[in-house]
Amino acid sequence: MTAQNTEPVEPASKVELAPGIGGGGEIPSYDVTLRVRRYNPEVSDEGHWDEFKLTMYGTDRVLDALHKAKWEHDGSLSFRRSCAHGVCGSDAMRINGRNRLACKTLLKDLDTSKPITVEAIKGLPVEKDLIVDMEPFFQSYREIMPFLISSGHEPTRERLQSAEDRERFDDTTKCILCAACTSSCPVFWTDGQYFGPAAIVNAHRFIFDSRDDAGDMRLEILNDKEGVWRCRTTFNCTEACPRGIQVTKAIAEVKQAVLNRKI
Amino acid sequence: MQVHKYDVVIVGAGGAGMRAAIESGQRARTAVLTKLYPTRSHTGAAQGGMCAALANVEEDNWEWHTFDTIKGGDYLVDQDAAEVMAKEAIDAVLDLEKMGLPFNRTPEGKIDQRRFGGHTRDHGKSPVRRACYAADRTGHMILQTLYQNCVKHNVEFYNEYYVLDLLVLEEDAVRADGTPFKQKRVAGVVSYDLASGEIHVFQAKSVVFASGGVGKVFKTTSNAHTLTGDGMGIAFRRGIPLEDMEFVQFHPTGLAGLGILLSEAARGEGAILRNSEGERFMERYAPTIKDLAPRDIVARSMALEVREGRGCGPNKDYVLLDLTHLEPAHIDAKLPDITEFARTYLGVEPYTEPVPVFPTAHYAMGGIPTNIKGEVLQDNDTIIPGLYAAGEVACVSVHGSNRLGTNSLLDINVFGKRSGINAAEYAKTADWVEVPEDADADTIRLVETVRNANGTERVAQLRKELQDTMDANVQVFRTEQSLTETLNVIASLRERYKNISVQDKGKRFNLDLLEAVELGFLLDMAQVMTVAALHRQESRGGHFREDFPDRDDVNFMKHSMAYLDETAETEHVAGIRLETKPVVFTRYEPMVRKY
Repeated sequence: MTAQNTEPVEPASKVELAPGIGGGGEIPSYDVTLRVRRYNPEVSDEGHWDEFKLTMYGTDRVLDALHKAKWEHDGSLSFRRSCAHGVCGSDAMRINGRNRLACKTLLKDLDTSKPITVEAIKGLPVEKDLIVDMEPFFQSYREIMPFLISSGHEPTRERLQSAEDRERFDDTTKCILCAACTSSCPVFWTDGQYFGPAAIVNAHRFIFDSRDDAGDMRLEILNDKEGVWRCRTTFNCTEACPRGIQVTKAIAEVKQAVLNRKI
Repeated sequence: MQVHKYDVVIVGAGGAGMRAAIESGQRARTAVLTKLYPTRSHTGAAQGGMCAALANVEEDNWEWHTFDTIKGGDYLVDQDAAEVMAKEAIDAVLDLEKMGLPFNRTPEGKIDQRRFGGHTRDHGKSPVRRACYAADRTGHMILQTLYQNCVKHNVEFYNEYYVLDLLVLEEDAVRADGTPFKQKRVAGVVSYDLASGEIHVFQAKSVVFASGGVGKVFKTTSNAHTLTGDGMGIAFRRGIPLEDMEFVQFHPTGLAGLGILLSEAARGEGAILRNSEGERFMERYAPTIKDLAPRDIVARSMALEVREGRGCGPNKDYVLLDLTHLEPAHIDAKLPDITEFARTYLGVEPYTEPVPVFPTAHYAMGGIPTNIKGEVLQDNDTIIPGLYAAGEVACVSVHGSNRLGTNSLLDINVFGKRSGINAAEYAKTADWVEVPEDADADTIRLVETVRNANGTERVAQLRKELQDTMDANVQVFRTEQSLTETLNVIASLRERYKNISVQDKGKRFNLDLLEAVELGFLLDMAQVMTVAALHRQESRGGHFREDFPDRDDVNFMKHSMAYLDETAETEHVAGIRLETKPVVFTRYEPMVRKY
């Protein structure tokens, strides 16, 4: 992030557009098979797989396929979604074995010659089909005190912060709390007490904010046996993050900060 | 029937709801009910910024901001409300900074500001840098910061509790002039717990509606799937009027074919629109501020270019947003998210290729009428004690017939805060209104009718037909013919809605049922919007009638107020009564709106 307000260059009133710019031709259609892990304890304690054969178009996403299955085939198919463009964090799920947002995963980027498997994210209790209980996830988030804590007098105007200091924690402000990272972490799968990557990312966002005065308290919390030291640096979280946050790097920086403050 | 008791109940956990909760929660026992999780709310999708005359980077003052807001709304803005908003904008931004919001900074470390459509220096002389921002995810940062502060203040949330009814009682009362009337009083809300399928009644002294907009009546929209006008619909069904529902904002730059928003900040940072001939066509429509004209003007200009055959692509049905003259480093620093949307969803590289865009339904200027304290009106002269509304669900009216970019993030903060304070203060002295024995009866009837629906019509099909007709006929251009046709389609859809089928009969997370209930609200709201649009025989702001292309201040310089009324008929639609409410003027005389 640069702080300069560079004056934009005045663009030309008219330009020659390259031929065919900005538009493809006919929208291609293709058939896909969606294999969805179903579970509804009102009906059965056992889960099962359902297959939906669907005709999809051009840049359709996995979410479009799920909607088509629900709207045209089986209304009981249940999943969360809201914004449908990767900013609300509702529709993290396991697609072909990888955690992603259904609204940000284009079908054409998957191998559509084979069935596309969709299941709930792992490590959180499944409530119904693709819906999990998010409460344990948000509990960990709340424990790291995810809010600015500052001592001393509040200024009448804004606190000053240099562009460099603001840049220091920019990456971890992008988190949308979708749980794709935490539920991709093998440590979290076996130890539900582990804070998990998302909580650490959100702690990082405050620990490295020059305006915050409670970094030591957060580092103390994360120095716990269920804290940062459980991380085994498998990078699953970084790969899973739909916002491109360098999650493993953030965790490493928090580890380093814990060590530095102990000296 | 499970009954909970709170001083204040807030419906909705987006920006307005959580800003209200932070105030109310520190003053009174408060619960927030949301059909989502708070961080899923659509405030998080807002991108470009939040305007306030901080004058951090150039001369500015709140009076200029007031003027721009009023002119931007084509003079249908209540000027007292616009003054409040522009004046309190400065504290609203500083509040957020103190809560921890990571704004972009100037070289001196102050909050940075950038240009936005319709925001000008000295009453229209040139664009001004007024929008405070955090890259192109300002809404995300606001939503996160407000949620963080709700966590800090231990605000009590009921997540995935879908509010379906407002408990309103009527008492006999007498006006100052001696005429008797029915005074509405609020007793609480009824909600449906999505996880368990159980009904919960919340008794409350104050209720704040902050449940967002109704964009999903349209097919092409920047709105989330969940924005189905529930709050407006609930209020309307309980006899509360809806103000200015004909005014919908179509944001110029939705990704073509998808409607996903590309922030106006792109044009604020220097991007421009071009047609198939490579022309910067906004030079013709708004010679002074060009691509930074207000959204209604830009959206209409784009639609006109396409209609006159200068659209791009195989079907010549969109125009291009050109960022190719901007430095890639500048784009990465200021517009990282929206350029990623273009890459992800259209496969277009904005560094080197212009991005296909077309107007997308974005924002409802109208909604539940309130005064500047956030108090809801039951008619032009009477408030409903204890009932408040803020944000997109409300109409205060600071946006008039066209909202300026960034003013919604401002609206939710200023009027969310006011509503939260006033709701809590009211609850401190007010008496409880008794909850009727059968408070949940209507909600149970609604839910069970839908759950047991075994007809032949599919909810998704009806919704698609509604959205198709709204896109075709009630979008940027409207005529008597297009609106009448849509009313006929809606009437037939409402009949077919009685014959829907819902496949999921369970209680647990029955989202099939949820979508069917939401469609009921969409059909109600689409009808109100279209009736009001047909009745308004003029063009103003976001409402453009090709058969009445001029603004008509003599006959239509007034707000519309739509009431549910079984005995009434408006524009051949039974059950809707349309009245008017005067616009509040303070110091700005209506002028011709030129940019």
